[in-house]
Amino acid sequence: MSLLEVETLDSCYGDFQALFGIELNVDEGETFAIIGANGAGKSTLLTTIAGLVPVAGGRVVFDGVAIDRASVHRRVELGIALVPEGRRIFPSLRVEENLLIGGFRRRPGPWNVARVYEAFPMLEPLARRSAAGLSGGEQQMLAIGRALMANPRLLLLDEISLGLAPLVVQQLYATLETIKAEGTTPIIVEQDITQAMRAADRFACLLEGRVSLTGYPADVDRAAITDAYFGVVGT
Amino acid sequence: MNWVNVIVQGVLLGGLYALFAAGLSLTFGVMRLVNLAHGDLSILAAFFCFTVADTLDVNPLLALILVLPAAFLFGYLLQRIVIEHVPRFDVLPAIVVTFGIGIIIENALLQEYSADNRRLLVGGLQTDTIKINEQLSVGVMPLLTFVAAIVVLGLLHLLLTRTQLGRAFRATSDDPDAARIVGVDHRRTFALALAISIATVALAGVLLGIRTSFTPFAGPARLIFAFEAVIIGGLGSLWGTLAGGIILGVAQAIGAEIDPGYGVLAGHLVFLAVLVVRPTGLFGKVAAA
Amino acid sequence: MSTLEAAPAARTTRFRVQRGTALTRIGVTLLFGAIALFATLPDWGDPALMHELVEIFSLLALAQMWNLLAGYAGLISIGQQVYVGLGSYALYVFANNHEEDLWVSVGLAGLVTFLLAFPLAAIAFRLRGGYFAIGTWVIAEAVFLFVVNQDSVGGGSGATLTAASQYDVEVRQRVTYWIALGVAAASILVVMLILRSRLGLALRAARDNEAAAQGAGVSPLRARVIVYVLAALITGLVGAVVLLNDIRVQPDTAFSVAKWTAPIIFIVVIGGIGTVEGPIVGTLVYYLLQDNLADFEVWYLIILGVVAVGLMIVAPRGLWGTLARRWNLDLLGAPRVLRVARPPDDGPQ
Repeated sequence: MSLLEVETLDSCYGDFQALFGIELNVDEGETFAIIGANGAGKSTLLTTIAGLVPVAGGRVVFDGVAIDRASVHRRVELGIALVPEGRRIFPSLRVEENLLIGGFRRRPGPWNVARVYEAFPMLEPLARRSAAGLSGGEQQMLAIGRALMANPRLLLLDEISLGLAPLVVQQLYATLETIKAEGTTPIIVEQDITQAMRAADRFACLLEGRVSLTGYPADVDRAAITDAYFGVVGT
Repeated sequence: MNWVNVIVQGVLLGGLYALFAAGLSLTFGVMRLVNLAHGDLSILAAFFCFTVADTLDVNPLLALILVLPAAFLFGYLLQRIVIEHVPRFDVLPAIVVTFGIGIIIENALLQEYSADNRRLLVGGLQTDTIKINEQLSVGVMPLLTFVAAIVVLGLLHLLLTRTQLGRAFRATSDDPDAARIVGVDHRRTFALALAISIATVALAGVLLGIRTSFTPFAGPARLIFAFEAVIIGGLGSLWGTLAGGIILGVAQAIGAEIDPGYGVLAGHLVFLAVLVVRPTGLFGKVAAA
Repeated sequence: MSTLEAAPAARTTRFRVQRGTALTRIGVTLLFGAIALFATLPDWGDPALMHELVEIFSLLALAQMWNLLAGYAGLISIGQQVYVGLGSYALYVFANNHEEDLWVSVGLAGLVTFLLAFPLAAIAFRLRGGYFAIGTWVIAEAVFLFVVNQDSVGGGSGATLTAASQYDVEVRQRVTYWIALGVAAASILVVMLILRSRLGLALRAARDNEAAAQGAGVSPLRARVIVYVLAALITGLVGAVVLLNDIRVQPDTAFSVAKWTAPIIFIVVIGGIGTVEGPIVGTLVYYLLQDNLADFEVWYLIILGVVAVGLMIVAPRGLWGTLARRWNLDLLGAPRVLRVARPPDDGPQ
């Protein structure tokens, strides 16, 4: 049984339907990447799994339990944590306070403030600093650290490379391995296809709200990905 | 004219105004709710205290042991049962609802207690004074009131900065959706915010009810004082609110000293002046517009 | 031999924007008919009825203005009573203190409230939303306290409009009634005209998305100020009418929230905010309720409060608003309907 099963999922923003019949599953311990062009529905998929956007049709099953009617905080309790697009750290809280509030509904597990500082050493000297004054890379680390404080089984990472220098991105993805080792399954939404394919064990490509391709990075050639990404129909 | 005395009285009163303001500012910060029934709720608490003190034949200050938890519970239920269900796509419904609740409270109190003036009597404490020097005497009750206000504000500060609940309040104030994804249940958080707000304004209502007389219709004036203290001090800062309250208290005291009819008006004028000259308030972090 | 087919004629889709529908034409006709009917009332109605109708017209005008502010401009004011009071007192000052003609004084009272609204707007507009609401209330309280301290208008105990004796009782009552009717009619027409104008579009755009509206060249601030001062003008005229009707003015009733704002909010909420017909429906319902529940004075206000709170939760669009939405009714509003001419038949493929 997969950790996460998404079955014919529809999702809407008001009148606008963003996802149509999404089917995918993610096994525990694998890195799953979701790629696709802007507006394809990647972020919507993550926010729907997290519970910020209600399910309009279909099901989301987490560890055998249907969670599509569950509240956001219930899903955190069950073990799902979201690192949202744009990071969205709390500007009027200090760095350490951001981490502490991340543990508001913490589950038992290895992650705590000290462990987060181990994984992201750059954050420790900034502990008493207001989160509003951090650089993009620091904010991203803080956002990931905050999500880890809940000890999630499933970590949803939305475009963590956005706006960051390649070196910083490399560091983030290196830390992803540590996170996996501690028992969290990451789903990454990534604009950078190369980065995604390098990090992922399996992936899905979204096009205009539908899954256009799924598979293993090793098995799929660049041309197929490009077609699925841009929606070019084969001749 | 003993200006030192006047200013000291103003400062002591100002602490109480800050206590009124704290709850209003908390609910606005956490859930963007401007509670127009805020003042009426303080009067409700004062009348409730009156009844408890009367029925159990105890000092109103002792009755607080019952009044404060009751106020806390009332606030929690009010949020969960009524305000939670008010549509928030626009500011109007919440304004109308809280305004309506205020009207209901005023008239229910009128029905139950009549329009007579009431005062909470605490015996000797009411008139005791402490003589500081030849120029200056300070009433024991005003001093106790000020100290109580500072203590409660201090406790609120500790709550906001040292507890998970306080962090949840601040996080929700920054970004409600981001707060949800770290597991904050915002229905419970909002309810606790309103509960604390009403508990603090209940204390303030009782303390003011000891100081001056009140009727079922004294609510709006208190709402206005709380609001003026918040705006003068600036949004987003608890200690700014204290400063705002003190400035308001001193303005009113000076105005009243010039002419008894001008006290409250002087406060309004200072408020309007701050609004025109520095809309973010004297110590504000966030604009009210 | 191949034939060259002529390229199909360019298909232009013709459209026009139709202002008003059959239903709105009926609605407007009914409105003018009602106004004309009411205008003849002094000939067949008695003074007591006229007095009561002046009160109803006053409430209706106030409700239309509150609805204009809150429903269209997004300005929720609980301080409109300041203009009612200013209108009453301005009339008193011109007619009694300065011995102006009574009817001219009414006009002057309106003018004065209109002019005073500008500085008051400058202050109030520093705030938004709920804080704007309380801010308007504080301004009203400040003006109230100022007036209470003015002995020239009777201070706290109030004053009597002795200048009313300039005219015969009967004449005064009739003209007062017509002025009240005129103000109520004007309030409805002002709202209707604004909705049909560019100002109305600007307001709606500003409400939907302020930044986008500004990008399109709309100044939301300017639009709101115009609406605010217009509302103040009409509200001030209502204040003058109230004094004409009651002859006596007192600060705590002239500037009373409970008298001039709470019922208005109820009327608009019950009737339906953001519609022209809503306040009319609301005023009728309010009056019926008031008549029937008059015996239960205090409970009556509690019931009103409960109803208002309940409505906001269950039916935030009010009576008319909910019905109008369900059945797509628009009697007095300003619908703009896009009528598209059918494109010509497609020729052979």
